[in-house]
Amino acid sequence: MSKSPGLKLRVDPDKCQGHARCKSLAPELFELDEYGNAHEIGDGSVPAGLEDKAWLAQTNCPEFAIEITEE
Amino acid sequence: MSDAARTTPEHPPVTDWVQDFDHTDPRWTENPFPIWDELRAASPVVHTERFLGCYMPTTYEAVKQIAYDTEHFSSRRVIVRDIRPEITNPAPPITSDPPAHKPAKQLLLPPFTPEAMKKLEPRVRAICNELIDEFIADGKCDAAARYTKHIPVRAIAHMLGIPEKDSDRFIKWIHEILELGIRDDDTLMRAVQEMTAYFAGHLEQRKKRPTDDLISTLMNARDKNGQPLADAHVLGSLRLLLIAGIDTTWSAIGSSLWHLAKTPADRDRLIAEPELMPIAIEELLRAYSPVTMAREVMKETVISGCPIKPGNMVLLSFPAANRDPAMFPDADKVMIDRKENRHAAFGLGIHRCVGSNLARMEMTVAIEEWLKRIPDFRLDPAGQVTWSEGTVRGPRQLPMLFGKPS
Repeated sequence: MSKSPGLKLRVDPDKCQGHARCKSLAPELFELDEYGNAHEIGDGSVPAGLEDKAWLAQTNCPEFAIEITEE
Repeated sequence: MSDAARTTPEHPPVTDWVQDFDHTDPRWTENPFPIWDELRAASPVVHTERFLGCYMPTTYEAVKQIAYDTEHFSSRRVIVRDIRPEITNPAPPITSDPPAHKPAKQLLLPPFTPEAMKKLEPRVRAICNELIDEFIADGKCDAAARYTKHIPVRAIAHMLGIPEKDSDRFIKWIHEILELGIRDDDTLMRAVQEMTAYFAGHLEQRKKRPTDDLISTLMNARDKNGQPLADAHVLGSLRLLLIAGIDTTWSAIGSSLWHLAKTPADRDRLIAEPELMPIAIEELLRAYSPVTMAREVMKETVISGCPIKPGNMVLLSFPAANRDPAMFPDADKVMIDRKENRHAAFGLGIHRCVGSNLARMEMTVAIEEWLKRIPDFRLDPAGQVTWSEGTVRGPRQLPMLFGKPS
């Protein structure tokens, strides 16, 4: 899968409280640990085509724990 | 102490919501939304002398600040009541503050992950269909009494490993603790004692014969020093799971069905576009959040420019935060395809509801199964919808007619 030139995301582990909204909206980009807290998959690079899902997850996180940067 | 001394008098009707709010007033119970709008327009934090002094943040921002601030606000009391007796029955982690909170919460998190909920889902689907089988032929039902009430209690009983047939007893205790207990301490204490004795019996049984349910999981847990939890801790957490897991989700499912009964367009859309369900569930959670929490002020501080003094409680209304138009455009409109929705129905910060994934799964399954079996339904004009009083809001009578109006 080719990588988007644009987006990289990161879940701030100090802010994440395990609401799991990101995993529900964008399971391709997030995984949950045994406590249900979220982590970005791999290095957080957003594959092409999944940019909208990345933003959707970011704008639904109740703890503002998802950071998206443009590379 | 006599019964009379421990049961406070009826609350006088509110004439000035901004200076003298009361979340047990019948008008609040019936329709709190315009009251919250009035309070929010007046100030980001309001105060009442009732309940021995209590603040209420009215904006999303003020609710969030308090939820994150465990230094000035303690969770040791999580219900705003007329009295503040000594704290005798903690229910960790909901009543815990840092640093005790994190280890108590981490014990409960693994059994409630979305993955764990997938395993429970088939049982919940079966529960929903067993319930629908009992009333569908009647062409009508009180959906609160016959459907929504029974789903969470049976699901949590199944998880804990206690008999689903004891459900009526659990529902009675919860009513006594969360509704009657606001004013009547004796009833509350009796319910807590009965519940504790009930679970103590189950603990004893499992000491002789271990099981693979959630009660045994808690009994087998070890703290960071490798020691098992004290029975009192296990009992407190079990009380929490039962109290917090039942009328909350009962309320959320009930409010959702109430909305769908009145809104055929949303109903039809969910049937036509089932993939919209997860987004719709979040919007129903936002618009009809059932749970209001509480904090106790420990140290003087300022929230959204308002001075906050110790000795007061805080009514931490996540439902009011979720109706703040500064955070949610058209906050009073239910839009089941709302794209951006950082709602706080399950709280914010370290006390995020441990059962949120369970609640979402139960809501989703309960609505899906209802829509499959009863795609057309409406409120019964001959009946009356009634709402619970206190800090968990949802329909307690929900009379419905099935089929299209003739």
